[in-house]
Amino acid sequence: MSITEYFKLLFTDYTLGVISLGTAVLGAICGMLGSFAVLRKQSLLGDAISHASLPGIALAFLFTGTKDTNFLLIGALISGLVGTFWIKSIVRRTRLKTDTALGLILSLFFGLGMLLLTFIQKMPNANQAGLDKYLFGQAATLVASDVWVMTAITGVSLLVLLLFWKELKLLLFDADYTKTLGFNTRFLDILITSFIVLAIVLGLQTVGVVLMSAMLLAPAAAARQWTNSLSTMVVLAAIFGAFSGVFGTAISASQNNLSTGPVIVLVAVVVVLISFIFSPKRGLLFREIRFYRNRKELNLKKTLTFMYRIAQNHKDISHPHAIKILNNFHGFTRKSLNRLQEEQLIEIQGNQWALTPKGYEEAARINDKIGKKDE
Amino acid sequence: MSSAQLEIQLIAALVAMACAIPGTFLVLRKMAMISDAISHSILPGLVFGFFITQDLNSPLLILLAAVTGVLTVIFVEFIQKTGLVKEDTAIGLVFPALFSIGVILIAKNANDVHLDIDAVLLGELAFAPFDRLMFGETDLGPKSVWVIGTILIISLSLLLLFFKELKLSTFDKGLAATLGFSPIVLHYGLMTVSSITVVGAFDAVGAVLVVALIIAPPATAYLLTNNLKKMLVLSCFFGIFSAIAGYWLANYLDASIAGSMTSVLGVLFLLVYLFAPKQGIFSVYFKEKQQRKEVSLLVFLLHLQNHQDPKERHVNHLQEHINWQKVQAKTVLDLATKNNLIQIDANNLVSLTEKGREFTDEALKYITTNKETAIEDLKKRFFLFRG
Repeated sequence: MSITEYFKLLFTDYTLGVISLGTAVLGAICGMLGSFAVLRKQSLLGDAISHASLPGIALAFLFTGTKDTNFLLIGALISGLVGTFWIKSIVRRTRLKTDTALGLILSLFFGLGMLLLTFIQKMPNANQAGLDKYLFGQAATLVASDVWVMTAITGVSLLVLLLFWKELKLLLFDADYTKTLGFNTRFLDILITSFIVLAIVLGLQTVGVVLMSAMLLAPAAAARQWTNSLSTMVVLAAIFGAFSGVFGTAISASQNNLSTGPVIVLVAVVVVLISFIFSPKRGLLFREIRFYRNRKELNLKKTLTFMYRIAQNHKDISHPHAIKILNNFHGFTRKSLNRLQEEQLIEIQGNQWALTPKGYEEAARINDKIGKKDE
Repeated sequence: MSSAQLEIQLIAALVAMACAIPGTFLVLRKMAMISDAISHSILPGLVFGFFITQDLNSPLLILLAAVTGVLTVIFVEFIQKTGLVKEDTAIGLVFPALFSIGVILIAKNANDVHLDIDAVLLGELAFAPFDRLMFGETDLGPKSVWVIGTILIISLSLLLLFFKELKLSTFDKGLAATLGFSPIVLHYGLMTVSSITVVGAFDAVGAVLVVALIIAPPATAYLLTNNLKKMLVLSCFFGIFSAIAGYWLANYLDASIAGSMTSVLGVLFLLVYLFAPKQGIFSVYFKEKQQRKEVSLLVFLLHLQNHQDPKERHVNHLQEHINWQKVQAKTVLDLATKNNLIQIDANNLVSLTEKGREFTDEALKYITTNKETAIEDLKKRFFLFRG
């Protein structure tokens, strides 16, 4: 099946529709909540949480013996929350720093999870196959009820975000001020962190434990490049997330033998790269262009000021001078001279140039500014 | 114990030691998560290397993968320098991207690459003894022992050679730079050693668990000691312990060796986290409780010194005057009496003893001049019982 076929089938085939809707909703909630994670500098927390949820899945299976997604995800949620709060407690109560705490919990929980998974695989019980799809995700296993759960949770988190919008925004940008205003920052912190854990757990089935963190970060990091407003960023991140989800699933479904997780993550990362390079305000490309323009502008001004200083020594400001006296050090090139003439700041006659009254005024203004800075 | 079992434990112990050495410095330099990034992003390097060399243990492959690791660090730093995103986001974007490429490459070339996804995450320690290094007809032992052994020897000798420089630049970057030790050379040196170690250990324990071996032993050791040398020795010890105990646990459960090594490390960390003599949760809790009580005591003594009025000094009025709960008032009163700092007369009036007055004066002097930890000495001199 090729990608175009996939999209053609999307609207007619029920299963494909469900899967695409699921990944779109997942991408949207990840982008929304991921914006908060990125802005709070908690990007790597997502990585730790997603890895930390693995033992929860394994334990839930061991205790209940079912492969029902909801039970397994509740297990994942609990162990993800335990991991998160343990990280916070390590940072608060011991001398270990955030990075160490994250790495510790991430790897220790994941190790325990892998121990349990391999232990389960050896059990004389045919029911255990398929738990390892949680490592790299398999969107094809999504069914309608999973999508309903996702949609409901997305709705709830959207509601909570809207309800606490102003508090959360304040917490993001000035936590100390939020505290002095009397808001319970601890509660807000726990609230947003818990929802981030929830979003990660929802994604485990589709994207998998190992790469879930990127799904959280990438749409938000991309959205950040296009706007300085939080609400726009959240909306954009949700759109980017949904796009990566659907497109990634389409690519992985049209190829053999590909887990969804890595493909979705790669699509999201491509979106990030595009944003890094092409965003008009922060993007690298336009930034370079701006630098280039500024440099040229500066050169023009340099030439003009030099001309002004010569013209000042003459009674007639429009007295012509030889082009020869200008050199590269004054930012002079034939092209820049032509531009000055185009803007009617100077007149060129043969090998001579003369300032126009407009050019003289402009140069005087620039010169005044320079003079003021020198003082 | 068969020779294969012995060899597995030997390899595991060597891997653990090799990881603990760079790990100690990564933890102290607050760069622990870089090891996570490196361990994931070397995957495409490994796969490309495998396409070229067709041998998972070839030195060229290890070198190629290690270069990918260092490139990751450079790449993260480049993204960070553009100022578009913060450092943590940069790390969080780079390594999943590279890891995804690696996973897809493996999945697409599953028939050509003898690496499977499980091996990427878990390593193949159990099979390590079967891949042997042959010299002519003589059997020189498993290849992994040689690979990891060489890496361990290299990082040990680098550690001994540059111990002073590493120590200095870890604890005081500014001073190290002024004294002429280039922070950049040391930084990338450490990154290179870490990358090579990760690649070497990858084969044995897999992408995520190598992070556990790098971070957990030093983090555990850091809660027990303030001395860099002791921390290095302790980290190695924890690593080796987890290798041996983890092997037998895996043997017992018939599960992944790498997983059980990590779980042993997890239990070790949990124990130290709870019970470490100075940094442990319990000892910190008790210390904080003691200090709270002793601060209350000091407040109480100052109150007594400032008020001569009998009404202010009556036992029953203390609660309302310094706003204490009943229980707290009683414990503070008891503590003060036990230490002979106050006396209570027949009318239930509290007054300072000679010793109490002396202590309060000195404590007041301490509070106004505030010279660091003098208060601890003061408490030691006056207190018979601590809070």
